[in-house]
Amino acid sequence: MSNGPFGQKLFQALLRIDRRIIFLVIFLALSIPIFLGLRIDITVTQEVRLFYNSVEALSSGSRVLLSFDYDPGSEPELQPMAETGFRHLIKNHIKFIIMGLWPQGPMQANKALTRINEVDEGFLVDNGDTLYFGRDLLVVGPDTIRYGIDFINLGFQAGNELVIQRMGSSIRAAFANDARYGRPIDQFPIMNGLNKLSDFDLVINWSAGYPGTVEWVQFAVDRFHVPCGAGNTAVQAPQVYPYLDTGQLSGLMGGMKGGAEYEQLTGMRAKATMSMVSQTAAHIFVVLFIVIGNLAYFMTRGRKKEGRA
Amino acid sequence: MKREIPLILTAIVGLTFVVQFFVPHYPMGFLADMFSDWFSIIAAAAIWLGALNLMRVSAEKIYKREKDRFYAGVTIASFFLIVIIGFFFSGGRSFQEPGTRFDWLYINIYTPLMATMFALLAFFVASASYRAFRARNAQATVLLLAAFVVMLGRTPFGDWISNVLFLPEGWGIANLSNIIMNYFNVAGQRAIMIGIALGIVSTSLRIILGIERTYLGGD
Amino acid sequence: MFWDTFGIWIAALLTIGIVSFLYRDNPVYKFCESLFVGISAGYWFVSLYYQNLLPKLFDNLGITKLLGLSQNDGAFQHIFSGHWDGRIWYVLAGILAIMMLLRLVSKIGWISRWPLAVVVGSTAGLYMITYFQSNFLSQLQNTVIPLVAIERIRALPSAGMTADQFFAAYLGNLVLIVGTLTGLVYFYFSKEHKGALGGAAKIGIYFLMITFGASFGYTVMSRMSLLIGRLYFLFGDWLGIVR
Repeated sequence: MSNGPFGQKLFQALLRIDRRIIFLVIFLALSIPIFLGLRIDITVTQEVRLFYNSVEALSSGSRVLLSFDYDPGSEPELQPMAETGFRHLIKNHIKFIIMGLWPQGPMQANKALTRINEVDEGFLVDNGDTLYFGRDLLVVGPDTIRYGIDFINLGFQAGNELVIQRMGSSIRAAFANDARYGRPIDQFPIMNGLNKLSDFDLVINWSAGYPGTVEWVQFAVDRFHVPCGAGNTAVQAPQVYPYLDTGQLSGLMGGMKGGAEYEQLTGMRAKATMSMVSQTAAHIFVVLFIVIGNLAYFMTRGRKKEGRA
Repeated sequence: MKREIPLILTAIVGLTFVVQFFVPHYPMGFLADMFSDWFSIIAAAAIWLGALNLMRVSAEKIYKREKDRFYAGVTIASFFLIVIIGFFFSGGRSFQEPGTRFDWLYINIYTPLMATMFALLAFFVASASYRAFRARNAQATVLLLAAFVVMLGRTPFGDWISNVLFLPEGWGIANLSNIIMNYFNVAGQRAIMIGIALGIVSTSLRIILGIERTYLGGD
Repeated sequence: MFWDTFGIWIAALLTIGIVSFLYRDNPVYKFCESLFVGISAGYWFVSLYYQNLLPKLFDNLGITKLLGLSQNDGAFQHIFSGHWDGRIWYVLAGILAIMMLLRLVSKIGWISRWPLAVVVGSTAGLYMITYFQSNFLSQLQNTVIPLVAIERIRALPSAGMTADQFFAAYLGNLVLIVGTLTGLVYFYFSKEHKGALGGAAKIGIYFLMITFGASFGYTVMSRMSLLIGRLYFLFGDWLGIVR
């Protein structure tokens, strides 16, 4: 390759580039696609299909435990999955019980429910109970679900994997009250006959780290034999792939890309799908950065060696 | 008192949890459940301890008139802001429901601060990619190539490149990234997993038997 | 409505405050950082009280009933009325919790080792079995597999086979076996990596490099997603220039 004095200067300048310029390039690379409004098709991977199938296999009226084990730090990756997950469960008439091993988890669940709810004004009176839309009643597409009957939020409990262990023998010991009203959970019809972990048909876990998918696999799956599907941040996903191979996990979604694939499968394209153009641009630029950085490094290094010799 | 009782407690609790896997009946099951409940409450107390300690350290900074005392003041003030609002102005046990003042703080202060802190990492990853990831030897080159395949294969751009390179349908970069994730990655992660598992089993045993005592600290 | 709009503006300003760190460290960033630390600590403080200490400790013991904060009887009420209540054991948990907090008092801080011992003991006891079962036995079991997946070869389509299918049938098992074993050899430090062991370790390190490469790729993916999320907040929720 020609490597004259001009090339040398260029490569050396490239190596010395201010990192704020790189910051700016990344900012632009991710921002511009947002305004282009492009939509791209994504190929669905086997692991996401497995997750989708494990939800599809549940009969209507099944009860699923949804554990929200993340905080706002991972919101862009996991929130789209959580929202699509809710829609998917509601569409298939599956009841869900929300909990969290992270304190922020149940609030993220509330946030997702508020977002997918389509009617947030007005109320109904049923047997003397006043039920408010947006709070006790959520409307999602053609379906209306009611708190305490179709879904419930048990809140957070401290103790990491020991909470799962405790739920193995008694859910009530781990969660005495619900999170919304602070009432004993026996007062809600959805909890009828739900005494321990193995009474659930499926555990779905949105996880950003510890405690999360690893603990659900170790305790819920291997100890109490409840199938578990998970959505993970992309950082964590590669570490739990071995569980997928062994069948300890019934499905896995990794990061925003996993969320986008899930949206594609359910036909509910939303935020994750929209973000895929920016995501693609980001990957291209990181690859380019590595290539250019290496090129500049090896070109200048080669010259230095020659100089010394 | 200072060392013996904790060592005995660790051994009793640890053995209980080991035995209840094999004998889940009374009294082992009962004891394990009780210790789990205790764990939960101690964990909560530990988090309270952390928060209170932060207040103490921050208060000391102000008291000693240290350089960054203003920021220590901000920390204390914001702590009390959310604590007072959470305890007295957010509906008690329903404190985290949508629409409460606590929820407002969570959505509009806590969430943007935390999410943006993590989002900054995107910039640093990009900068590190440019400056630090060098294909200095064969191993580093393999690492980078695997990263390229995974990064491109997980986006539609991978398909586009595969078309440009005239790769046959089903034999593109996306398929290669599936192979890396489902086989090479699984093999490597599994080796790490098994190694860590063996380490944890032996460390746990050392802790339960009282050989490993570093968690008790000095004297 | 006012509070919603006001909230979005606050959130946007805080977002920009944190991002300002990219230019250089500055007082606005430091302010946001300290605010985050305080809010975060307070968040955990309140959350743990309402979701843990209150229902698990105070309700179960009956302290909330004593204070008139709840109608439900707890262990104290039952015991005083002559009925046994197993929840009375929570008294010990309460004592351990107080011992934990006593760490703040330097003279008797050592007492916090008691609750710590319960935490360490529980974790050690649980991990010993669960890691052995889930991360050792199950993983090993799925590594002791036939070298070639005969049933997958039989199931291969005669035309239009994809790379994934071909690999899964002919090479997948081999990669899993060799990769896991050589990777483990690399982590085996009790014997010097020479001869056959050294060769295996060398192969192992290449498997590990591919693994780390995959993890790096996924980490980039993750971090970029987080930034995209914030950009959508700024351009969408705040400025309203994208939907």
